[in-house]
Amino acid sequence: MIEKQFPAIIIVAPLVMSILMNLMGILSKKGCYYLTVVTVSVSLISAIGLLQQVINSGKISYRLGGWDPPWGIEYMVDHLNAYLLVIVTAIALLAAIFSLRPIERVMPARIPQFYSLFLLLTTGLIGMTITGDAFNLYVLIEITSISCYALIAKGDDRSPLASFNYLIIGTVGACFYLLGVGYLYIMTGSLNMLDIAKILPTVYGTNAIVAAFSFFMVGIAIKMAFFPVHGWLPNAYTHSPDVVSAFMAATVTKVSAYVMIRVMFTVFDPSYSLKVFPVMDLLGWLSVGAMMYGCTLALAQREIKRLLSYIIIAEVGYIVVGISVANRLGFIGSVLHIMNDAIMMVCLFLVAGAVAFKTGAKTIDDYRGLAKRMPLSAAAFLVGTLSVVGVPPTCGFFSKWYLLLGTIEAGRYIYTAALLLSSLMSAIVGFRVLQSIYSTSSERPSLKDEAPLSMLGPIYVSVVAIMVIGFFSGDIINAVIQHTVPHGFK
Amino acid sequence: MIEYIVAKYNYWIYIALMMVGFYAMMAKKNLVKKLLGLNIFQWSIILFYISTSVKSGGATIPILDKAIDVANPSLYLNPLPHVLMLTAIVVGVSTTGVALALIILLYRCFRTLDEDEIFERLSE
Repeated sequence: MIEKQFPAIIIVAPLVMSILMNLMGILSKKGCYYLTVVTVSVSLISAIGLLQQVINSGKISYRLGGWDPPWGIEYMVDHLNAYLLVIVTAIALLAAIFSLRPIERVMPARIPQFYSLFLLLTTGLIGMTITGDAFNLYVLIEITSISCYALIAKGDDRSPLASFNYLIIGTVGACFYLLGVGYLYIMTGSLNMLDIAKILPTVYGTNAIVAAFSFFMVGIAIKMAFFPVHGWLPNAYTHSPDVVSAFMAATVTKVSAYVMIRVMFTVFDPSYSLKVFPVMDLLGWLSVGAMMYGCTLALAQREIKRLLSYIIIAEVGYIVVGISVANRLGFIGSVLHIMNDAIMMVCLFLVAGAVAFKTGAKTIDDYRGLAKRMPLSAAAFLVGTLSVVGVPPTCGFFSKWYLLLGTIEAGRYIYTAALLLSSLMSAIVGFRVLQSIYSTSSERPSLKDEAPLSMLGPIYVSVVAIMVIGFFSGDIINAVIQHTVPHGFK
Repeated sequence: MIEYIVAKYNYWIYIALMMVGFYAMMAKKNLVKKLLGLNIFQWSIILFYISTSVKSGGATIPILDKAIDVANPSLYLNPLPHVLMLTAIVVGVSTTGVALALIILLYRCFRTLDEDEIFERLSE
């Protein structure tokens, strides 16, 4: 019987626990950590259960509170969001396990509050992924963002300003999304995504719907840090606490990319989204801009976390370019890249966190001789970098391969060239860091001083995932991703 | 042209307010003024939603008159936008709360709320 309630458990568990966390904090500080890990594990188990149910028996529609859609809020789980739920909850679990030592050191007096916000962020991300109601999605976007702002501000001395700027831009993005919902509500009288999709064809062609579509696109682009509205991302991710940047880097932009796919292909019909105005060309060229801009600026950075932040901007470009070519292969590449990018980014940011925890190193120069001091972390960084570059057999290769095939099939050779060029540039970026890590420095002591197990464990789970998922990408595509391709894509 | 503007005056007002808020966010250097701009921006959207539910011709709010004929929608306003905006107001208040906390944090750190001065301190 409990399997039927998974769509509720997955979101109610972290939500309730984030409120109870302060009570737990009175009893025991250590208990907060274990409670968080257990709660996120419960969500992960529910997510895996949901994915299994979806693979076996198709879409699930869950009526929250027993109200029938379109009046009540419907939680709708199909292949796309069941897949994303597993990714989000798995990354939340890795980040939660990793957080034990750094949080004890950075904010010893604020442990319950940190875990409370952490679970609230998890709730928001899961909710954004699972909900089938357009207005509910707005509320969950804001829950995610507000917990992000608060968590970012606990970082170094520049973090409050970075967080404030993110707050201003992020709220504008969410407001644009809200306006889009408003226009759709005026035209259709409904808030349920599937119900809107049913009514919309009768009013396609009106200006109000074009306005709604544009508001959605701009709002979501801001949330996913899509070039040229990416301005908030590098500062916010560089200055936030290490655990938080690892968690956010791997999930927030990816879940926003999912929201974009959902709005373009579930709420609006693919045939409308592709032709309303040259939106696909626009997205394609902007993603070329994102790839070039992200990789070029990554070349110029000395701080590791800032460098990785610019790589994320380029990776968002990869995800969008696959959608913009509007064919089967490109779309599969995009959806696969959402997962691969999440795993790569969590791996690299966690290594950056572990190194900063042990040695305080933050820039490329600080990383000199790291391979001697922290050989295991250095090896994990190597694997993550290879995957960002797209070297087989790491998982990054397979999604890039599908993206390349997609752009070639669409005849968009400039996109293909941009993908290859930005891979080459990320190789240069990566090898600059690796050269520093594997060079021997004479002036620093090279005693071996590896990170504790609670940090190495999550890092190595992500390393194994990078190595293994590539081999199974064929199975993942057959079982899950091929069902997510919108109808009409060839 | 004039009739066109007057007939849809609620939308023009919401767009004007939105632009005022947008200008404050982009052009003002003081963090509190930026936050006020953000609030004006959010509130303009709330007014937009509320104005969409208005009906002329004696329509009222359902809870005021219990004997109202529910089957005839021209007798009462659409309550859903009002309810949605209650949620949006709560979201706006919490965003403002977090932003004010950040502003206090910045003031304690830099003893100023001017963005340029904060940048100067940071680059020192």
